[in-house]
Amino acid sequence: MSDSLPEAEQIKRESRYLRGSLRESLADKATGALREDDTHLSKFHGLYQQDDRDLREERRQQKLEPHFQFMLRLRLPGGMLTPNQWLGLDEVAEHFADGSLRLTTRQTFQFHRVFKENLAPLIQHLDGLGLDSRGACGDVNRNVVTNVNPHLSASHQTVYETAVQISERLKWRSAAYEEVWLNQPEKQTDEEEEPFYSYLYLPRKFKVAIALPPHNDCDVLANDIGLIAIEEKGEIAGYNIAVGGGLGMTYGDRDTYPRLATPVGFVPADRVVDACEAIVAIQRDHGCRTNRAHARFKYTLDDYGLDWFREQFAEVHGQPLEAVRDYTLTDSGDRFGWTEDDEGFHHLTLCIPSGRIRDFEQLKLRTALRTIAKIHSGEFRITCNQNLIIARVNKKERSAIQKLVDHYGLDDGSRSTPLARNAMSCVAFPTCGLAMAESERYLPELTGKIHTLMEEVGIGQEAIQLRVTGCPNGCARPYLGEIALTGKGPGKYNLYLGADTGGNRLNRLYRENIDEPQILAELKPLFERYARERESAKGFGDFLYQSGILSANTGPNDFHEPLIARS
Amino acid sequence: MTASLPPSPLSDAQRQQVDALVRELNGQQLDWVQGYLAGYRAALQSGGEAPSVSQPQGAGLTVLFGSQTGNAETLAERLTEQARAKGLEVECFDMDNFPTRRLKKEQRLAIITSTHGEGDPPDNALGLHEYLHGRKAPKLGQLKYAVLALGDSSYEYFCQTGIDFDTRLAELGGERLIERVDCDEDFDEAADQWIASLLDKLSAEQPTAGAEHAPITVASVTQGQESRYDRKHPFTAPMLDRVTLNGRGSSKAVHHIELSLEESGLNYTPGDSLGVYVQNDPALVGRVLEHTGFGGEETVTLKDESVRLDQALQHHLELTRLTPPTVQHWAKLSESSELNTLVDNKRELIQWLHGRDLLDLLQAYPVDGLDAQALVDQLRRLPPRLYSIASSQAAVDDEVHLTVAAVRYEQRGREREGVGSTWLADRLALDETAPVFIDPNKNFRLPQDGDTPIIMIGPGTGIAPFRAFMQEREALEQAGKNWLFFGDRNFRTDFLYQREWLQWRKQGLLSRLDVAFSRDGPEKVYVQHRLREAGAELWRWLEDGAHIYVCGDANAMAPDVHEALIDVASTHGRKSRENAEQYLRDMTRDKRYQRDVY
Repeated sequence: MSDSLPEAEQIKRESRYLRGSLRESLADKATGALREDDTHLSKFHGLYQQDDRDLREERRQQKLEPHFQFMLRLRLPGGMLTPNQWLGLDEVAEHFADGSLRLTTRQTFQFHRVFKENLAPLIQHLDGLGLDSRGACGDVNRNVVTNVNPHLSASHQTVYETAVQISERLKWRSAAYEEVWLNQPEKQTDEEEEPFYSYLYLPRKFKVAIALPPHNDCDVLANDIGLIAIEEKGEIAGYNIAVGGGLGMTYGDRDTYPRLATPVGFVPADRVVDACEAIVAIQRDHGCRTNRAHARFKYTLDDYGLDWFREQFAEVHGQPLEAVRDYTLTDSGDRFGWTEDDEGFHHLTLCIPSGRIRDFEQLKLRTALRTIAKIHSGEFRITCNQNLIIARVNKKERSAIQKLVDHYGLDDGSRSTPLARNAMSCVAFPTCGLAMAESERYLPELTGKIHTLMEEVGIGQEAIQLRVTGCPNGCARPYLGEIALTGKGPGKYNLYLGADTGGNRLNRLYRENIDEPQILAELKPLFERYARERESAKGFGDFLYQSGILSANTGPNDFHEPLIARS
Repeated sequence: MTASLPPSPLSDAQRQQVDALVRELNGQQLDWVQGYLAGYRAALQSGGEAPSVSQPQGAGLTVLFGSQTGNAETLAERLTEQARAKGLEVECFDMDNFPTRRLKKEQRLAIITSTHGEGDPPDNALGLHEYLHGRKAPKLGQLKYAVLALGDSSYEYFCQTGIDFDTRLAELGGERLIERVDCDEDFDEAADQWIASLLDKLSAEQPTAGAEHAPITVASVTQGQESRYDRKHPFTAPMLDRVTLNGRGSSKAVHHIELSLEESGLNYTPGDSLGVYVQNDPALVGRVLEHTGFGGEETVTLKDESVRLDQALQHHLELTRLTPPTVQHWAKLSESSELNTLVDNKRELIQWLHGRDLLDLLQAYPVDGLDAQALVDQLRRLPPRLYSIASSQAAVDDEVHLTVAAVRYEQRGREREGVGSTWLADRLALDETAPVFIDPNKNFRLPQDGDTPIIMIGPGTGIAPFRAFMQEREALEQAGKNWLFFGDRNFRTDFLYQREWLQWRKQGLLSRLDVAFSRDGPEKVYVQHRLREAGAELWRWLEDGAHIYVCGDANAMAPDVHEALIDVASTHGRKSRENAEQYLRDMTRDKRYQRDVY
């Protein structure tokens, strides 16, 4: 049996609880890379080995190895950090990475272009800030995300705390992290190191999100476990549990498909952390380990069925699921600008294009936020849409912060088009090894062109959700975009259309492998119709269905079979 | 060893005899036997009498060479060959292989030696030099001798080792056959003259020697088949490829250059250098002409040849380095009192020369009514540049690869360039040709035994011959362990041939790879630091018979590495400093510690 296990599965099992030969890899000064096996293990520690793909061919000719570097991601449940932590991360970006911080769609930070010799100092720096990167990538539970700005109500605070508790409970525990990065001496390993995951860990990554209706900033149904908080009498009574969400797929492999989580039941608030652990245990024990493309929880559920899942859950958790309670999810975007909560604190949501915080030629974004962090006494919160909230500003500080916002020209939503401020993109070129086409670097140009089209037909002020990724794996949650492009090749994309704005419906493949002129040519007549006929529909995605341009989803093939074949 | 040979035409008994003999021989002895057999065969084919293995009888000539880069060796072979052609009985020795006790009996001795670094003897001359200057040096009343010294006149201690031998042999009672000649980088002509006068003198002294013996030419192991191309008759090699080895943002520009030797018949062995006849930058030639007011079409005479002035400046004469004779000449022409004072003080003159070129001289001390011939008269010939070959023919067939650092710097408000490196790096276009020859270096050779471990220390372009070594060992499937120490400025941009080294390590051919990059961190780390860090294992390798090779910078790196090796031997071999130094001297003598430094 184990002979047929994929390499990644073998390596993880034989890694002595994620130690592998990481220490030796880091000590090897002749290469900027890790040993092959260690590149799998490093993910569990929060880092991906990448190389600058713009330089790949050039360096090959120069007889140099690829320009190896690492992407390092933090575990930051709920996306919250203090101004002091912000300043620390700003320093990290300066000294150990490429001078930028990137806000991710899972409410955390990524550092890019971290060289091997800087990994340990960086992680030690994080440790000093009370932060870590444990399990930010790899086959374990990933960063737990939730709707932002808990201070708008007591329920938000509960939801945030629950996110932290789930993250702590499902964190991997072996001392490998301390030994590899924090200079702790190596010790003998035994099974007590990983009481929950054991040496197996999970078959694949696992994601948990919590939404507090009616908002769905976190696209809760895109997760393996989606928790939908149910408020009763101003308190969180418990959570509807949706299972089996996940957006990744592989082009041409019809056995792979994006799937939204299915609500299966309800658990009381005090049992929700245990419930999550039980669900992860089911996936740990029953998930597919022989085919990584089939190893996400969504496929386990589709293989075994939801009834099987309910039985398993009742057995592992010790209690059956209660019936799903009513809820409505209306929107998944951010609310930009200032808001005030019931305690009298103010919160400013800023638009950060593609989540990239850097000092640009025109916009000194990193400097601006560092300057704000120095005078800010509240918190920073990252949204699942890669934006930033300067949270818990007291009334006296508000005008000082606003002054800085004005001084540096930060975007509180008023400086960008509705299309641009709601758009998301993944990183893609030059660092992501999976990218087939540009994404982050292309987004500004693309949103400009699409906005122009919209302006021409008088819908420039509509907030249509655009999402762009460099590959089909789903980092910017493309299949929940009203319009989405996923990279197929240089300059070529698949065009997906028709998700709703509340994160309740996936889009579908509309045209395959088309370039920019074709993309614009496809969108133009749709925008024209939308402009003429839209009164009855609230969003562009809904309109496409209501007008009959798209018909109801029929299943996984929607993602592989273009509605309009090659013209 | 015998497994892969074609079927033997020998009888079993013959074969056993050959096997038995061969097993007893060391590398040098094998070289000799191979040469002997080649000579024997040549003699048979030319209908001559087969020579005997026994030593030639009577008072012949003994030729000793002290060579670092192989030039002295080449000249020693030239002398040997020509002397034999005249019927003299000649023995030619690498100084290291010459039994010093023979000195007392030597009648006629020719010494050809280069000088190294700050007036130091080359590695293989160290022993003899030390012996002659030590307390055990014998009286040499019977000896007649001649010295040919090689050097570079832009260094303060020009030809010092030759001068040392010449002076010392006289002090010990020897009598000069002919006066010593000190050759500069453009040594060919002067050396040929010295050889001719020496041979004339010897023939006059001993007109009796007959030529009935067919001369034994000791065929070089390295050159299986003779090529018509050599230093005097270079092959015009087309450039096949050129890539920059440094990544973006590097402060260096090192080029990998591939030339074709197709149909040249040229063969080389890892460790050899390629001599390249390079050209001056036409822009610099233009500025020299501009400053002297010449048009370039003037005719000048170089030796016996008439050449256009611009051609002479571009192809034949050295413009980028000044030598004392040039400045002395110029002092007379310019009648500058400042310059005349300068040339009277050798030390100051040498310092002044450093980093100045002809244009500096012309600008600082203009000469009115200068004659074109006077301009070129005291300029040194543009010598061929030597580059350690970075490839093995076992891997690249009839290509030859070089690793060339383009030398560029600014001094006194002007961009300056190394002639050879920038010609190869910038001015020579793909498919254009470079005149080249093989410059063998028998003092930089892989161990004869492919199982012997080697330690290669080659920072910067010093890595070149080690790429050749690895290609050779890979192609010949030699089992010896290999260990490389490499260093440069920045890891991400300056790790020359990184991909190949990592690949060799992955294959297991390269057992260990230690690197030092001096500009990556707050502290400057060099290869010598890595040597000390790895001292314990390094010592184990040495005790297991490993050979050490050092290639690269002679001024700072090689002495620092030497010091580090002394430290390793004393720390891990528990030796006093003197004993550690002796250990390395013994290694040098045994050809286990070889250097190609420049």
